[in-house]
Amino acid sequence: MNGSEKPPIDPEKEKRKIKSVKRMKDIMTHYYIDAKTADQTGKKVAWVTSGGPVEPLIAMDVIPVYPENHGAMIGAAKMGVDLCEKAEEMGYAGDLCSYARADIACATVNGGPIGGLPRPDMLVCCNNICGTVLKWYEVQARYFKVPLFILDTPFNHTEYTPEAHAYVRSQLDEYIVFLETHCKKTFDHDRLAEVGRLSMAGQRLWQQVLDTTVHRPAPMSAFDAFFHLALIVTLRGTRTVVDYYTELLDEMKTRVATGIAAVPGERYRLLWDNLPVWYRTRWLSDKFAAHSACLVADTYTSSWCGTLKYLDEKDFLGSMAQGYSRVYINIGTDQMADMVVDMVDKYSADGLVIHSNRSCKPYSLGQYDIQRIVQEKRGIPSLIIEADMTDSRSFSESQIDTRIDAFMEVLK
Amino acid sequence: MISVGIDVGSISAKAAMMKDGELIGSKVMLTGYNARNAGERIFLDLLAGLDVQRDAVGRIVATGYGRNSVEVADKAVTEITCHAAGAHFQDPAVRCVIDIGGQDSKVIAMDTTGRVTDFAMNDKCAAGTGRFLEVMARALEVDLDAFGEMSLQADQPAAISSLCTVFAESEVISLIARGERRENIIAGIHESIGSRVIAMANRVGITEPVMMTGGVAKNIGVVRALEKKSGKSIRVSANAQVNGAIGAALIAAGIA
Repeated sequence: MNGSEKPPIDPEKEKRKIKSVKRMKDIMTHYYIDAKTADQTGKKVAWVTSGGPVEPLIAMDVIPVYPENHGAMIGAAKMGVDLCEKAEEMGYAGDLCSYARADIACATVNGGPIGGLPRPDMLVCCNNICGTVLKWYEVQARYFKVPLFILDTPFNHTEYTPEAHAYVRSQLDEYIVFLETHCKKTFDHDRLAEVGRLSMAGQRLWQQVLDTTVHRPAPMSAFDAFFHLALIVTLRGTRTVVDYYTELLDEMKTRVATGIAAVPGERYRLLWDNLPVWYRTRWLSDKFAAHSACLVADTYTSSWCGTLKYLDEKDFLGSMAQGYSRVYINIGTDQMADMVVDMVDKYSADGLVIHSNRSCKPYSLGQYDIQRIVQEKRGIPSLIIEADMTDSRSFSESQIDTRIDAFMEVLK
Repeated sequence: MISVGIDVGSISAKAAMMKDGELIGSKVMLTGYNARNAGERIFLDLLAGLDVQRDAVGRIVATGYGRNSVEVADKAVTEITCHAAGAHFQDPAVRCVIDIGGQDSKVIAMDTTGRVTDFAMNDKCAAGTGRFLEVMARALEVDLDAFGEMSLQADQPAAISSLCTVFAESEVISLIARGERRENIIAGIHESIGSRVIAMANRVGITEPVMMTGGVAKNIGVVRALEKKSGKSIRVSANAQVNGAIGAALIAAGIA
């Protein structure tokens, strides 16, 4: 084939492509253009952690921007190593989370695939996902000289106590005051109730989209979920999310009805644990597909709809305390293992693929116990892949290749 | 029927030939720079050494790191499955295989039929592997083949605490500088490998009987260190280094 020729279009492959992808890309492009032109439109920008309480920001017309979503983009664009090395030059340890390293470095050079994030007017940090975000956001607050709000959600070792609830609930009131002070306007509680309804509607739809993979063959895989996840993270609480996931759900239902599979000839159904390996999603997807294995579900993308049962439309602000405190990685290992076992049953998983993520300590701690518990309760094999979500220096292709091949030989 | 297994590892390439369920010959050589060539070369060597014609060979299975680049092979199978098959063939009672090769160490749990039920491999690090021992042999100016016997003469194994090959080498050099006996240093090195590998084995669970395979199994000191750390006795495969190639040949023959 010479250079000017385009590869022939494979009709089978075309049929399997998810059509909504284009709309999703458009939405994300517009979102980032709005955020990056906020200084011209007079809107305020807040940087917020991925598991942070975004709904009050939306209610205040503040544009939320997510360094972690940006980190995923940096990883997918294979720009993680450069930025991590830059952070290491600045004096940050290589053991620090690669999202944090990439973000801290990126802020100083406006690098990455979109030329950096828009300058924040304020920072909102919730430690329900890890402790690293505290220091990371403090660094950025000093760098940009902007106010920082910290929502401290105690870890739920065994249960969510009334004391923890009162503690988090009172901080939500402080959060409102913080926003009123820095936006210089009164908080509109009716508006928050509406945003809360949209947030919950979006989460319900996202769960329904993920649940379409209970069908055999699954109409989408976890690799697709990693992509379509961006909206529930970044625009949770807006009409856009509800409309988009309604459309995506329709497409998935059509795929189920017409038997379109994410992995042609699906024979093995696997469950993925931890963040994606952003710079290798295509390679991993092809690798598993070559073994007729589909990653039908994952513990990561389901985290953005996993606490719906704690949220209450009638008292959204009050219920946020519990909803944000009890996310997947802010609970004890036993509870996490129970959730994994439930997912194994729900999605009829034949095996478990565990990404031991060098960056994400709270997510990776306890994985060997979860592996053992799932093995004891369901007797399915599991595989541990050592890597990192953004820093490709922690990914060894031939080692991971052998592990996956051997794991599939065990499954067969 | 004649079948061949080719195991292209990071340091050495191995080949084994089976005929009607019997091992009729094997070969070992250094992999060198060109892994693709290594598979081909050792196959031809094996044929020449056993005076077997190419056409007489039925199926060929390749394994090891270079498994996907062995063009003469009909199929590639991972070394996990091949080591289990090879160990089961040599001793059907075996339920756990500890394989330490050039750049990786692995622990394989098997059921009574020789089927792999679980496995663990070392992280992206050469500590606790054959390459680690090679580095140490160079630092100590001792022939690697003498390591096993020498370590048995130790009176007090030295403590090697580092988990990194490079740092462990520095530790060894400072032990040499302090005048520590070679035997004790070597025994300490073996114990550090033992701790690392048994920690990994405990994740999988060690069910006896245990067999050790891979080139490092030739080192009696490592075998003893593994036994000491695990509190279990370990059988060493008679064809430890070519065990993976034997397994591959068995899979090629459809026996495993």
